[in-house]
Amino acid sequence: MKMKRRIVIIDYEVGNHQSVINALEALHYDFLVSCKAADILAADAFILPGVGAFHEAMRNLKSRGLISLLGHEVLEKRKPILGICVGMQVLAGSSTEDGFHQGLGWIPGKVVKLQETRSRKVPHVGWSDLEIVKPGPLFRGMRERANFYFDHSYNFECGREFVAANCRDDSMITAAVQKDHIFGLQFHPEKSQIAGLKVLRNYLQFARDYNARRAVPADV
Amino acid sequence: MFKKRIIAVLILKGGRIVQSVGFRRYLPVGTIEVCAQSLNRWGIDEIILLDIEATSQGRKPDLNAVRALSRNCFVPITAGGGISDLNDITRAIHSGADKICINRAALDRPELIREGAKAFGKQCLVVAMDVFRGVNGKTEVMTGNGRAGTGKDPVRWAKEAEECGAGELLVQAVHRDGAKQGYDVALLKEIAQAVSIPVIGLGGAGHPAHFLEAFTQTEICAAAAGNYFHFTEHSPVVTKAYLAQHGVNVRMDTENTYAEASFDEQGRVAKYPSEYLQRLRFIKVHEEKL
Repeated sequence: MKMKRRIVIIDYEVGNHQSVINALEALHYDFLVSCKAADILAADAFILPGVGAFHEAMRNLKSRGLISLLGHEVLEKRKPILGICVGMQVLAGSSTEDGFHQGLGWIPGKVVKLQETRSRKVPHVGWSDLEIVKPGPLFRGMRERANFYFDHSYNFECGREFVAANCRDDSMITAAVQKDHIFGLQFHPEKSQIAGLKVLRNYLQFARDYNARRAVPADV
Repeated sequence: MFKKRIIAVLILKGGRIVQSVGFRRYLPVGTIEVCAQSLNRWGIDEIILLDIEATSQGRKPDLNAVRALSRNCFVPITAGGGISDLNDITRAIHSGADKICINRAALDRPELIREGAKAFGKQCLVVAMDVFRGVNGKTEVMTGNGRAGTGKDPVRWAKEAEECGAGELLVQAVHRDGAKQGYDVALLKEIAQAVSIPVIGLGGAGHPAHFLEAFTQTEICAAAAGNYFHFTEHSPVVTKAYLAQHGVNVRMDTENTYAEASFDEQGRVAKYPSEYLQRLRFIKVHEEKL
């Protein structure tokens, strides 16, 4: 039986969907851009894109009823999700961007403002290569010292067990997080040329394998 | 130490990418698709698209151009020109822009910076300023495609924009536009010291040494150029190779890094010694594919 993968890019009005769409098209994946309950229930994997402010992102998720809906699909039904930039930050328990705001809390951690130092301007804008802590599954087949594009003022602080990669240029900055099937990227894979597209593809391949492994025989 | 960024500015006029000299004379370059694809392959770090006619013609930004650009490259895109309210910002972002560049609208109503930063995060808002240095050496912020003075002091305006929530500043020296005489280092130095957000320098690049001068003598985070990158193959990566050889930390992700290149007086890659070319015949370079 041919299994059709259903990838849903969550549409919640703050993300830069177009770039993620362009990237998935370049990789020849089928996907939907949606916030409808029916699509989310039928999905196999999610991408939560992001350009925006934390509280705006959370408010938009809430007003579309996505918090409980996605929560059930991701936490109970264990469907993979990849958060990008703000989409990664909302996975944390809280953020102090413009006041104190609660996040989804799917990966224990908090989002705090990057402190300015002599060599670090805030926002942190630019390319950096990574110190990869967990090579798989996201960073499989990566070229030595591949660069990724960052653009953010806040940093995801969490326990070391959840860190998948740090910025090599500034090890204080968390570049990628992972807790089981929940992934977050502070950088923009859709804007990081071939290296970024590879990370996206690695995630989608992980999602396929992960779902195949879990598929109960009765479903086939 | 963070990597310094090399940014290409694409100027859009009459649906085409053009070169600009002194904000007055224009020379056609080609379509947006071809420019985007080439720059993407040649290792550019970011692309800024400026629709220079939108504000003067009183129309909205050309979103089809933003879409065409975003489909043809996988580097960050900043869209500017004709953006006057939050609705324009939202639409440009939904068309594939990662950042928005505002110039006139920020001068007219600095509140827009705050509104945009609140909705999309401050990293999304780039405030552009056209600065003119008169014969007496005094600098002034200009408007109307660099033609009319505003009486504003560049440093004061830079600080004000930062306070309003700008994420980056694009500082363009009008008097150096298309002049190939190098960046206005004094201006960039002054502004980069006054603010803590990243500053992008623009205007005057004509030689890789101009980038080096700007990076070593000022605290700018990125150097942008328009005309400089056109009509020359591999221009971004060649520039980066020159910078890397002089100790500047830049991103090198292209196949050919020109690591062993030497440069002639014009800043072009000089002919390699024949032994080197001989050796190359036996080296197979595998292009990184998806």
